[in-house]
Amino acid sequence: MSSDVRFTDFKSDKQPTWCPGCGDFGTMNGMMKGLAETGNDPDNTFLVAGIGCSGKIGTYMHSYALHGVHGRALPVGIGAKLANPNLEVMVAGGDGDGFSIGAGHFVHAVRRNVNMTYVVMDNRIYGLTKGQASPTSREDFETSTTPDGPMQAPVNPHALALAAGGTFIAQSFSSDALRHVEIIKQAIEHPGFAFVNCYSPCVTFNDVDTYDYFRDSLVDLKEEDHDPTDKDAAKDVIFDSEKEYMGVIYKDENSVPFEERWGISENMSQIEDKPPEGTMDLVREFY
Amino acid sequence: MPEDLNWAIGGEAGDGIDSTGKIFAQALSRAGRHVFTSKDFASRIRGGYTAYKIRTSVDRVESVVDRLDILIALTQRTVEENMEELHEGSVIIYDGERTTMKDFEAPDGMIGLNVPLRRLAEEAGGAIMQNIVALGAACEVSDFPIENLDESLEKRFGSKGGSIVENNSKAARAGQAYVRENYDLDLDYELETTDADYVLLNGDEAIGMGAIAAGCRFYAGYPITPATNVMEYMTGRVEQFGGAVVQAEDELSAINMALGAARAGARSMTATSGPGIDLMTETFGLIATSETPLVITNVMRSGPSTGMPTKQEQGDLNQMLYGGHGEIPRFVLTPTSISECFHKTVEAFNLAEKYQTPVYLAADLALAVSEQTFPPEEFDMDKVEIDRGKVVDEESLGEWVNDKQQFKPHALTEDGVSPRAFPGTKGGAHMSTGLEHDELGRRTEDTDMRVEQVDKRNRKVQTAIENEDWSPREFGDADSGNLVISWGSNEGAIREALEFLDDENVSVRFLSVPYIFPRPDLTEEIAAADDVIVVECNATGQFADLIEHDALRRVKRLNKYNGVRFKADELAAKIKQALEESVEATA
Ligand SMILES: Cc1ncc(C[n+]2csc(CCOP(=O)(O)OP(=O)(O)O)c2C)c(N)n1
Ligand code: SF4
Repeated sequence: MSSDVRFTDFKSDKQPTWCPGCGDFGTMNGMMKGLAETGNDPDNTFLVAGIGCSGKIGTYMHSYALHGVHGRALPVGIGAKLANPNLEVMVAGGDGDGFSIGAGHFVHAVRRNVNMTYVVMDNRIYGLTKGQASPTSREDFETSTTPDGPMQAPVNPHALALAAGGTFIAQSFSSDALRHVEIIKQAIEHPGFAFVNCYSPCVTFNDVDTYDYFRDSLVDLKEEDHDPTDKDAAKDVIFDSEKEYMGVIYKDENSVPFEERWGISENMSQIEDKPPEGTMDLVREFY
Repeated sequence: MPEDLNWAIGGEAGDGIDSTGKIFAQALSRAGRHVFTSKDFASRIRGGYTAYKIRTSVDRVESVVDRLDILIALTQRTVEENMEELHEGSVIIYDGERTTMKDFEAPDGMIGLNVPLRRLAEEAGGAIMQNIVALGAACEVSDFPIENLDESLEKRFGSKGGSIVENNSKAARAGQAYVRENYDLDLDYELETTDADYVLLNGDEAIGMGAIAAGCRFYAGYPITPATNVMEYMTGRVEQFGGAVVQAEDELSAINMALGAARAGARSMTATSGPGIDLMTETFGLIATSETPLVITNVMRSGPSTGMPTKQEQGDLNQMLYGGHGEIPRFVLTPTSISECFHKTVEAFNLAEKYQTPVYLAADLALAVSEQTFPPEEFDMDKVEIDRGKVVDEESLGEWVNDKQQFKPHALTEDGVSPRAFPGTKGGAHMSTGLEHDELGRRTEDTDMRVEQVDKRNRKVQTAIENEDWSPREFGDADSGNLVISWGSNEGAIREALEFLDDENVSVRFLSVPYIFPRPDLTEEIAAADDVIVVECNATGQFADLIEHDALRRVKRLNKYNGVRFKADELAAKIKQALEESVEATA
């Protein structure tokens, strides 16, 4: 890791095809800055992306990256991190990717607490498939597949994360660049699974959860005297039905990552061209 | 005097059938005898019939036969279940003081030994040792030196400390003495011992051992019969070599974790059975398109759906060959014996990395739950070679960059294989995706590049066909006009069937095929044969279809799909019968 890495080093020469004004631009910029400012470089970073407009991020950033199948990015990140704990692993995807098709993996990734960062670019809609309801869509949000609204409660991802034993739970907003970078940096530095839900408005299909809406409604926890290490306070924030918040909601200061608890520390990519020393003992066990 | 002894213990699940059988199998193996074991079990934990069967001989044994010489029957049902295999002179050891066995009488011509197993066990220190009393009785019946039991009792109970081993040894001797004192047996058994020291293991264990030997460091899986033993074997062992085993939340996750680890540079594997393969198929295409080396083990069982989870079948061949949307280059390897489970696993890892392609390693339940003895040299680690293929480092990756110094992980090469840079390698940062991509790994819908990348991936298979050895294993009489072809676990039973057939002057040439894709071209062998019979454990003859397609000739099909593996004597009779029928009749 070199200290002279700039955030533009994480930029690929591919021009994003996101709609002009899409929230994903801001979310990505914050991720690149966060990585650079925490001393990472593209060659030690492994970025896993899901499927969706958000999932295209792997193409626009420059690092080791895998663009996987819909909803399964988290397990890929876990496998990579365990196989080489020296890598900085970041996973990104949309709210559909993470809380619909990938909901099972989300809950289990949270409770597994592998040291990595998960950024969900939450636009409360399916962007890439052109405007259907997502699991975070409001109950009365009308879309092509839900003409009268989904008529079911939206998923509360922070509540899911807290219930699953989350050790770092945060909310950020793509257009508040300073706060977003701050939060991403804290997430990267957190020893364990850091979940950052980032509101990234879809300017094409969502005319309800807009920049203006978030700008007006989001309350910054920094100004609220919130203690992120207090689980009860976190609960209040997460279940507040009146307001939406931004900032680090919960942080377990005693978090010990999975790989540390399991004693996984080796870079598993380095192996000899012969079976490891002592393999014959494996045969002798069968006497 | 039978050269082989066929022995079994049966009762209800939860009766300790498995561990008792294993103790006896290990005793025989330690005494320098070859052993082949098989299990009958139902898909439940307590209750339900289960049996552990052992065939033992001084010569190598590779299959089961339809014959039982000594049966320890803890329940009446055990006798009923095995009626067809019992014969005149078979010995049935039972406990007449057990309520369920009170009225039991050995069928005509068979020898019933009524041994108060439970009572003798209690006298030796605890009713729990009743199966060991029965083992002692079996030693007496078969003339097997009882001292050989002690070592395997030590192995089994040694860690429990103190008097446990001693009491068990006492219990065994009580069973032996009871038979000696109460029955005047005049049987022809004499279980000869030799100086050989064999190892005894099953197919799942051989796969796990092969994986560790091949340098596998990461395993992610989700429990499913009969593949779970692979995971259980690796757990606690791979860690000693710097690796990790993770139980994922489902198979979708398992294969994606394995994929992540493989991309990070670890030799990585997952194992499952049919239903799990279905779930993994989603990611299979991504593995192939992103050119990630991965070994996916499918220990097949009876399908479709949940089918018969504890029964044998080779029904997933088409699934492995064609599963997944689009067209996916892959390798499908099918070990034909327990020792081949070891060797083919090593090969699977090398193929995966040399060609950066997913590899299906397909075993089946018969291989997974049967144990066999081998001289330890059969698993000679010095002969294991690890080939990681085209991995580049900081210096050598310079040959694989474009004029902007960007690394080309999907470079269009003549042999179809591109360079591979593990994350962490300076200058190699790149992305890979399941979307069609260019040489840099970036999405493209360029029509020419699409064709070039598809061709490149398929070219790897062509290169592998040319550079690797895909030949079948050949047995029997090479000049015979009777050709038997099979794949996977049927090899052992067919090889023994050839001996039975030889005794009846029927000569057979046998080709055992361990590769389904690519597979050996058998056109010449088939053309030279008068009769071709394809043997497999499925209803429709999935492999026979491939053979007919390759050779443009109709073949006879010998299929079994009742959930039970082929047996040697059964096969001999069926092959003979098939040879007597004309091809047209089955075509
Ligand atoms: C297995 C599978 N099902 C469905 C799709 C189609 N699909 C692509 S993106 C997407 C939803 C994306 O929504 P979200 O995760 O919210 O991301 P966004 O596009 O809004 O950033 C779906 C359903 C797919 N690619 N794979
Ligand atoms: S559709 Fe919405 S989410 Fe997708 S790029 Fe356009 S604005 Fe962004």
